[in-house]
Amino acid sequence: MKYLRLLRLFLSTSIQAEMEYRLNFVIAALSSIGGLAGSLFGLSLFYRGNDVLGGWVWDEALVVLGFFTLLQGVSASFLSANLSKIVGYVQMGTLDFVLLKPVDSQFWLSTRAFSLWGIPDLLLGTFIIGLAGTRLGLGPLDYLSALFPLLCGLVTLYSLWFMLGATSIWFVKVYNVTEVLRKTLEAGRFPITAFPAAWRIFFTYVVPVAFMTSVPAETLLGRGSAPWLLGAIVLAATLSVIARSFWHFALRFYTSASS
Amino acid sequence: MTMLVHKIRTFLSVYYAHMLEYRAEIVFWMLAGLFPFILMGVWMEAGAKGQFALSAVDLGRYFVAVFIVRQMSVVWVIWEFERQVVEGRLSPFLLQPIDPVWRHVAGHLCERLARAPFFVALLTAFFLFQPDLFWLPSFQNGIAALAAMVCAFVLRFLIQYTFAMLCFWTERASAVQEFWFLLYLFLSGLIAPLDVFPEEMRDFALWTPFPYLVNFPARLLVGLETDLLRSFMILGAWMVVFFVLNRLLWRLGLRQYSGMGA
Repeated sequence: MKYLRLLRLFLSTSIQAEMEYRLNFVIAALSSIGGLAGSLFGLSLFYRGNDVLGGWVWDEALVVLGFFTLLQGVSASFLSANLSKIVGYVQMGTLDFVLLKPVDSQFWLSTRAFSLWGIPDLLLGTFIIGLAGTRLGLGPLDYLSALFPLLCGLVTLYSLWFMLGATSIWFVKVYNVTEVLRKTLEAGRFPITAFPAAWRIFFTYVVPVAFMTSVPAETLLGRGSAPWLLGAIVLAATLSVIARSFWHFALRFYTSASS
Repeated sequence: MTMLVHKIRTFLSVYYAHMLEYRAEIVFWMLAGLFPFILMGVWMEAGAKGQFALSAVDLGRYFVAVFIVRQMSVVWVIWEFERQVVEGRLSPFLLQPIDPVWRHVAGHLCERLARAPFFVALLTAFFLFQPDLFWLPSFQNGIAALAAMVCAFVLRFLIQYTFAMLCFWTERASAVQEFWFLLYLFLSGLIAPLDVFPEEMRDFALWTPFPYLVNFPARLLVGLETDLLRSFMILGAWMVVFFVLNRLLWRLGLRQYSGMGA
């Protein structure tokens, strides 16, 4: 209960702070729209030479792109807004104040900030999924069924990102590593079946991008299969447990700055 | 003359030492630049199954070439320049009898040198993993591709340094760069070779500077048919445009510069 109240408080203060920079929001909206237009163009090129991409017709591939855009929005609004700050706290030694608060430190570090930058992507992603879904004749139940795998994908992404952030206790320049993760996630623009076998293995088992966009999309389209869904659940659960214990492990090495 | 050689030598050795300090970052930047390999996967798979202007192997090689071209033409001058202007650190450089741009140029060149061993290691690893994609360009194509890559770097540097001049008027010059990057992403041939574009789109793109930053040198490297004369002429024209614009904005900007924090 306390955590819910805190969450609401964090959200409202962040939005108030962000409202100072309204121009940033306009810029973010414009670049989101431009980026999406470009992504659509890039995707359409594949359909000039073939009717399907990895077995997915245009509208189905749009759903994957929609989930990818949604994920980008979440990254910008929640993940990068919060987790990229951990390194700063470690460098300045202000992580002390976070640890002293009577709140779980992982919760505080993961929810403190909210950035409006991701809103355009969140809206556009939802819009694309809705548009493609309508053209494919999907019903409300289909959308509901996709929520759970989507949530699993988000938890997976969050856990990976948080673990990278936690390594800043040892290495100061983690920013570059997160950048590598973000670039790898770009693979989520395309259905996993559009990749050759070696790529597929990499994006399923090494960087599990497949579980973030392809699995929710397949569920939405009513072709979700039990092994994949189970995989998504196990992966999300395992990674979130690992992330949490990793954070507590990392804290043992935190020596604070200038003391 | 000896003075000039001496200056160049000093600059290069200083900036090479500086860049060696950042080896770990350079490796991560390089890994973040692996994007072409993701697209390579999708395009090779698509090329093997559908009817495209290029074969699957050519598509694969094209994206290796894109990776090489991009690694050779990385430019970040605008972020460095923006910091220098905002923090007022540009002022001491202005007092020296040498244009501050040469510092950036030396930094960019030496970074390539510091990157080289990792770059070679990564390419070797890739070709061991996909030996079918290995190829060596013919001597002529190699020379032409090298020239095109140097030009691509120069043009990209000129463009970004021109946008950097806007820092004299606004603190958010890198926003302009980000919009420009969107166009670059989709028109340069980074996401797909221009051969698979719709015809009108390709004809339009070929008049813009973008394809000459990626598509043109990459095609030469792979050995695909290219109109050399026309391409180098358009490339040269854009270089002149941005060079003139750059010098103009530099003069106007310096009058505007108030040396914040100095």
